[in-house]
Amino acid sequence: MLKIENLHATVADKPILKGLSLTIKAGQIHAIMGPNGAGKSTLSYVLGGRPGYEVTQGSVTFDGQDLLALDPHERAAAGLFLGFQYPVEIPGVSNVQFLREAANSQRKQRGEAELSGGDFLKLAKEKAGLLRMDMEMLKRNVNVGFSGGEKKRAEMVQMGILDPKLAILDETDSGLDIDALRIVGDGINAIMRKPDKAVLLITHYQRLLDYVKPDVVHVLADGRIVKSGGPELALELEREGYEAVVA
Amino acid sequence: MSALAAIPTTHDEDWRYADAAVLATLTPDKLANWKTVDIAPGKTQRHTMVVGSAAPELHRIRIQVAEGARAEMFVVNNGAAYTRVEVEVRLAKGAHFEFGGVTIGGGDATREFVTRVDHAEPEATSSQIIRSVHWGQAIGNFLGRIEVARDAQKTDAEQNFRAILLEKGASANTKPELEIFADDVKCAHGAAIGQLDQQAAFYMAARGLPPEVARKLLVQAFVADAFTAMGEDGESARLLDTALATLGEAAL
Repeated sequence: MLKIENLHATVADKPILKGLSLTIKAGQIHAIMGPNGAGKSTLSYVLGGRPGYEVTQGSVTFDGQDLLALDPHERAAAGLFLGFQYPVEIPGVSNVQFLREAANSQRKQRGEAELSGGDFLKLAKEKAGLLRMDMEMLKRNVNVGFSGGEKKRAEMVQMGILDPKLAILDETDSGLDIDALRIVGDGINAIMRKPDKAVLLITHYQRLLDYVKPDVVHVLADGRIVKSGGPELALELEREGYEAVVA
Repeated sequence: MSALAAIPTTHDEDWRYADAAVLATLTPDKLANWKTVDIAPGKTQRHTMVVGSAAPELHRIRIQVAEGARAEMFVVNNGAAYTRVEVEVRLAKGAHFEFGGVTIGGGDATREFVTRVDHAEPEATSSQIIRSVHWGQAIGNFLGRIEVARDAQKTDAEQNFRAILLEKGASANTKPELEIFADDVKCAHGAAIGQLDQQAAFYMAARGLPPEVARKLLVQAFVADAFTAMGEDGESARLLDTALATLGEAAL
């Protein structure tokens, strides 16, 4: 599904990723953990195509395509979903309008029929229900006035509606209380744990992994994957700290 | 006093950001062409206008708002040449003036609103919201003067101007002027000139919206403020659509 080879990237000319390689197969859930400044968020932005994140070397293949050759909106239409650590507020644009435009823009780019207003609302209602989010919230402006936890749940509702092949979730667990963490975890499983989909969870903590069991856990340090293992690696990191495990 | 009104130049404060080449072609009869509107006590009148064409346009409007009356004006200014809308309002006791204006366009045109609101008597209120979206070499201006007479206590006046420049080369100017001779008044003005929110643009792209669709949504959200006071009716939708259709002409 996703193959990253020897990826080097800079932000404002500062090297952040320094030869990162990673392969994710369909049906798998991978977790990337690592200390602050290791390059976790940079990896998600580079894969999403954020302006200012410069790839200087290496390649990324997504579903057989050269991901890095695509514009950000084309990557989304190809099936990539980027869950933001800090979802952006968009005053004046309602969630319903935003997501309907997004879903239909993606469909149009893929040559599929657009959703009617009724079909869209039905889909939105189903996915909002999955994340226990009131439809009234979706009528409000995108993320405006949402609490940290509501923003993360709204991200997962977006993911459900857009139905991506690969989700890269950047610290989706930050800002969540215990109940919200369970709801978000259940949501990720319901939406993404399928044989033809995959997830890359970027996280500081083990706690989300109690709900979303990863197949593979990687440790990212100084712009490279320095260790990979099974779910037990996350527990070891939690217990002993990054320094001990990476050393 | 001369029988002929002097032709203004950009040395005149009220014309300082105007298109000097067009000013040179103005004639006294064009300058004297004021449309006057009188609103009777307690009445409400709404004017909506879409102004601008391939030729320069000057629209001058004088509104007298009687006691307890309400004047509402909503304007889209999207001319392809110098287009100026000038409004002078006199508010009697307890009267209200509501102004929502959008200047939008590219090319090298100057589009401007000039308002002078005279709070001549007590307890009058006014609210002006102007949004400006320009690209190419275009210029969007707002010159707004608020005068509060000596005995116009309990005046509540606000004006808010915000501009976004979609390309380098476009510009915006604003000149708020408050002349307050009463002491128990509330007057607020705000102005900001910036660019489209790049974080929001990337967020939208990450959800699959092509740049032109994302831009349209963001501009829609931005200019809609000017028409919020109209409520949700067909008229506000028509003005919004007209403004956004101008954006469709932009090759950005």
